[in-house]
Amino acid sequence: MIINHPLLGPRDSAEFTYLGDAKLIDRPDAASENAAQEFYEYAYLRDNPAGWHKELWFHEAGDRSWLVVTRNTLTHEISKVELARDVARSRGRSK
Amino acid sequence: MRYSGFKVIKEALMGHKGWTPAWRDPEPQPHYDIVIIGGGGHGLATAYYLAKEFKQKRIAVLEKGWIGGGNVGRNTTIIRSNYLLDGNEPFYEFSLKLWEGLEQDFNYNAMISQRGILNLIHTDAQRDAFTRRGNAMILNGADAEMLTTAQIKKRYPFLNTEDSRFPIKGGLAQHRGGTVRHDAVAWGYARGADSRGVDIIQNCEVTGFKIENGKCLGVETSRGFIGATKVGCAVAGSSSRLMSKANMRLPMESHVLQAFVSEGLKPVMPGVVTFGAGHFYCSQSDKGGLVFGGDIDGYNSYAQRGNLPVVEDVCEGGMAIFPAFGRARMLRMWGGIMDMSMDGSPIIDRTHIDGLYFNGGWCYGGFKATPASGFCFAHLLTHDAPHPTAKAYRFNRFEKGLVIDEKGMGNQPNLH
Repeated sequence: MIINHPLLGPRDSAEFTYLGDAKLIDRPDAASENAAQEFYEYAYLRDNPAGWHKELWFHEAGDRSWLVVTRNTLTHEISKVELARDVARSRGRSK
Repeated sequence: MRYSGFKVIKEALMGHKGWTPAWRDPEPQPHYDIVIIGGGGHGLATAYYLAKEFKQKRIAVLEKGWIGGGNVGRNTTIIRSNYLLDGNEPFYEFSLKLWEGLEQDFNYNAMISQRGILNLIHTDAQRDAFTRRGNAMILNGADAEMLTTAQIKKRYPFLNTEDSRFPIKGGLAQHRGGTVRHDAVAWGYARGADSRGVDIIQNCEVTGFKIENGKCLGVETSRGFIGATKVGCAVAGSSSRLMSKANMRLPMESHVLQAFVSEGLKPVMPGVVTFGAGHFYCSQSDKGGLVFGGDIDGYNSYAQRGNLPVVEDVCEGGMAIFPAFGRARMLRMWGGIMDMSMDGSPIIDRTHIDGLYFNGGWCYGGFKATPASGFCFAHLLTHDAPHPTAKAYRFNRFEKGLVIDEKGMGNQPNLH
């Protein structure tokens, strides 16, 4: 697979390590009343879809940036690559 | 029909006119007592033990393609019970004991060959860890022996013990481990189940569950609705896809694991060798092909094919310890989809929906577990209580902090 890095251009996926579903960006609120249940679901449960999947890849052997890659788990086709930083900020994180 | 040497000779003399199909091709009935989803090794074994050991009636196995076409037909055929943790080792040893009597039990030649499995050791720390594991195995009634480099060299003279990165300092052997003719496992269980009245329904894809008031009443399929008092799901690899139809999110990701076979060679590998540090393991099939593999690719996939970086990684590992294999040409490679669970261990449990039961999360270790998985799932479906060797395989172990994490990797499925 080739990951089209937003800053560096096309890179071999072997330069990256894989974390998992990009929903991991949305960490639950530890102060929430239901925090124990929310953290259990956050840590352990996954949608694991067959089809398009937004996921976190880390450019470990490169510029060490975190990316959100939209990839099809049935074909390995990649349709979109964003900086995870931009995705998190667009959701109101790290203002 | 019972298979025997006598039957083979009789048929040879009679022109082979007396052989009949090994299982029927029945139409689905409107209602069953127990419906198993998934006609792979685990689903067929479950149906077999339900009918044979637990005396259940009116059972169906639903398979969306043909039986044995999933992971039971695309694994590297190794059986072993060399686990460390209390939640795992009694279960896998139970499985190995069932393997040992399986061919007589289901009257089918599964070519079970206890040629032994060897885990290589390269450091003092690894020797300590494997000694501990060997002792855990012995405590649970399995066999284990620590071998010296000289003992290993005697059995595998062409093994490169002097690799400068990973010199081989010994190994943990389980002599009762070995290999099995994997397709024959599916066929043997199917035939045994069918002869006891189980309906094996192929080309029948489950498209949904009928759930009312928290109770599962049956399944919607490509061949119509099939009612069931109990529904058991055994579709490892696609568990998340199936259970999402019951609005369940599972503690697992689906990953692709690749495997490889070389061209046929004269006998060179007497047993199974695993080189964990180099992400490589290998055995030799009875046809002569070297059967080998390594790590999963490491990203979510349902594609049943992997990518080249892992091919290179596996072959590098192989070349490090078996340089002679570099002359062999690769014949085939393929990928299978694994339920990679959050702690690397499986789940055999009831769900929160009445009458809906789950078996999955086998990671890349499902083949060796086939007999015990079927037996324990059949026990659960019959008694509504876990089998003693599978009582740790619960859904709620993640919530309760009771994970069974052999490698100590945490909730990162691609590291198990």
